[in-house]
Amino acid sequence: MHIMSIPSALIWAVWLLPLGAFALISPLIRPFPGKAEPASFISIGAVGISFALSLWILASVLQAPDRQIILHGADWLSISGGPVFNFGLLIDPLSAVMLSVVTSVSLMVQVYSRAYMHSDPSYLRYFALISLFTAAMLGLIVSSNLLSTFAFWELVGLSSYLLIGFWFHRPSAVAAAKKAFLVTRIGDVGFLAALLVLYTKTGTLDITALNSPGVLSAISGGVLTWAALGLFLGAMGKSGQFPLHVWLPDAMEGPTPVSALIHAATMVAAGVFLVARMYPLFQAAPHALTVVAIVGAFSAVFAATMGLVMKDIKRVLAYSTISQLGLMMLGIATGGVWVGIFYLFNHAFFKSLLFLGAGSVNHATGTFDLREMGGLRKKIPWTFAFFVLAAVSLSGIWPLAGFFSKEGVLAAALDKQPVLFGFALLTTFLTAFYIFRVVFLVFFGDYRGSHGPHESSRIMLVPMGLLAVPAVASGWLNANGGFEHFLGDGATHGFWSGFIGALAHPLALFSLLAALLGVFSAYTLYIKRWISPDKVKWFLRSPYAIFTRKYGMDELYENIIARNALYRGVFQAADWTDRVVIGGASAGIASLTTGAGRVLRRFQTGQIQLYAVAAVLGMTAIVLIALVRG
Amino acid sequence: MTAGLNNYLVLSAVLFSIGLYGALSRKNAVVVLMCVEIMLNAANLSLVAFSRFVTPVALSGQTVAIFSITAAAAEVAVGLAVVIALYRQRGTVDVNDINLLKW
Repeated sequence: MHIMSIPSALIWAVWLLPLGAFALISPLIRPFPGKAEPASFISIGAVGISFALSLWILASVLQAPDRQIILHGADWLSISGGPVFNFGLLIDPLSAVMLSVVTSVSLMVQVYSRAYMHSDPSYLRYFALISLFTAAMLGLIVSSNLLSTFAFWELVGLSSYLLIGFWFHRPSAVAAAKKAFLVTRIGDVGFLAALLVLYTKTGTLDITALNSPGVLSAISGGVLTWAALGLFLGAMGKSGQFPLHVWLPDAMEGPTPVSALIHAATMVAAGVFLVARMYPLFQAAPHALTVVAIVGAFSAVFAATMGLVMKDIKRVLAYSTISQLGLMMLGIATGGVWVGIFYLFNHAFFKSLLFLGAGSVNHATGTFDLREMGGLRKKIPWTFAFFVLAAVSLSGIWPLAGFFSKEGVLAAALDKQPVLFGFALLTTFLTAFYIFRVVFLVFFGDYRGSHGPHESSRIMLVPMGLLAVPAVASGWLNANGGFEHFLGDGATHGFWSGFIGALAHPLALFSLLAALLGVFSAYTLYIKRWISPDKVKWFLRSPYAIFTRKYGMDELYENIIARNALYRGVFQAADWTDRVVIGGASAGIASLTTGAGRVLRRFQTGQIQLYAVAAVLGMTAIVLIALVRG
Repeated sequence: MTAGLNNYLVLSAVLFSIGLYGALSRKNAVVVLMCVEIMLNAANLSLVAFSRFVTPVALSGQTVAIFSITAAAAEVAVGLAVVIALYRQRGTVDVNDINLLKW
């Protein structure tokens, strides 16, 4: 089957369309009050076309020579005498896959938002910002130059900030937005530093050039490792990896569809994408790759433990996202691009579905608090069905999508980093436990809330249903090794042999066992109540206290680092230096000048003859000196 | 005995010193102006003497002296006008009282 290759203008259109929608909505429609509806249609239409174009791009890349389409674009910035920064597009299997993920999830989330945000007075602003975010995210994916990648990187950070603080009349939302912006900025400093190092060493920031063996061998080992670690610091900030994870749970203050799109499926995956994008560079710096693996594996377990005890459904999902992103990092570091991106690909669908499900539950009950839910299985059966499918997929239970991608990560980790494999296996158990804890608390037992629950409208259920399809089936794409072949070099084999054969592997049984054990533990505790959860809580009270207090990370950052080390330490020292040293010096100079003036003005008698005397004496002195010295 | 260059220069120096002393010590503004004139003429005298003895053919010193006298005439006119204006304004020409620029 031969498909016409996509014209380059349409490749540009993929990210320019949502940008156009943003431009159209914010200044053009905004002035007309009461015209909120068209805004959502413009935004959804733009991202819908982008989605269709992404699929076309995907098909074109398959046929392109070297599976690459590079558009030169325009010269964006030239430094006098130096090279020119090019603003071009780089389409390869990696960016093509990411394009489809982002456009499809964004499309579904926006359709869902039409109902979810229906009664919000800032409906218009919401769709403008979502369009801006989508444009920036797509730009980040296709950009062929690290400098423009960085610009888009900041732009997604900005739209994330604006959307977390969407309900800016709530102080908690404002604080969360600020926190997200500042914490990710710490990572961005590393990204920027890495760009500077790479540019001074190689003179280019072009991604293809930087990833070529010739350029990589020109950078010495230590510098390359630091550059890779700098890039990874940026990725840690965006992807919420330990210790920069603190912003992501708080980011749940934003509207739920935003959490589904930005803080589950796309923007937080940008960090993983960056590592995948620069994978040859990381490969040339094996120490950096080890750091990626360790940070990823640690974050996976670390966040999962906090997910166990959260009482807010969205916070459980947020910690789950951090944990899953950690597994993606581990997958890339040990198994290469396809392992991590395959995980990212599957995770985007089931995790955004989980968030949309949480939004639907919130619509039904008016709360996100797990303690005020229960027994919703009968009241909202569709939401229940979709949520459980996504939960099973997240737990990694055969034959749903999550199983196949988790399999890749576990196999790669066992191969390269056996210790970290243990972390990954533990995460599998914890994941299954915490997500089924949510399922059981929300949908089983008796309803504990006061709100009369009702099923959400079709506008919300249809996108969820459409997302449920890939949430179940996206993993099958690699059952015949197709995904691996597309992003890496693996060979393809029969679909059914991979689909069923995956189970024959002892590793698969291990991970399946871990997942089922997690589900069973949750079942024991929350359905059968053979053991009361309160007893477990009492028995494990010290770890429970640590988990609920989030390991004290917030206290560490806010009280110890921000308030004591920075505010009382550095800032007050700076203030003291400013007041006493610098202020004192300038005040001293000023008083010296006035003092000198007070003395010198005595000589200004205003009597011309005195001046003339001084002139004569001075003149005489000069003449005498000239005479004496010859 | 005919007068040589030195005689003229000594005369010029004496005149200059008298003028300088007067300009620095007298309180009356008119007298100060007169003393300034004496200093100017001392300079003119030395110019003419130098011209006469050093370059007898060229008349450059004499020319400069003529210019100087012209300028001095203008200066005296302005200076006396200022003194008259001051007198009308303040009723005195004592330089010690003309101290508006004092701190």
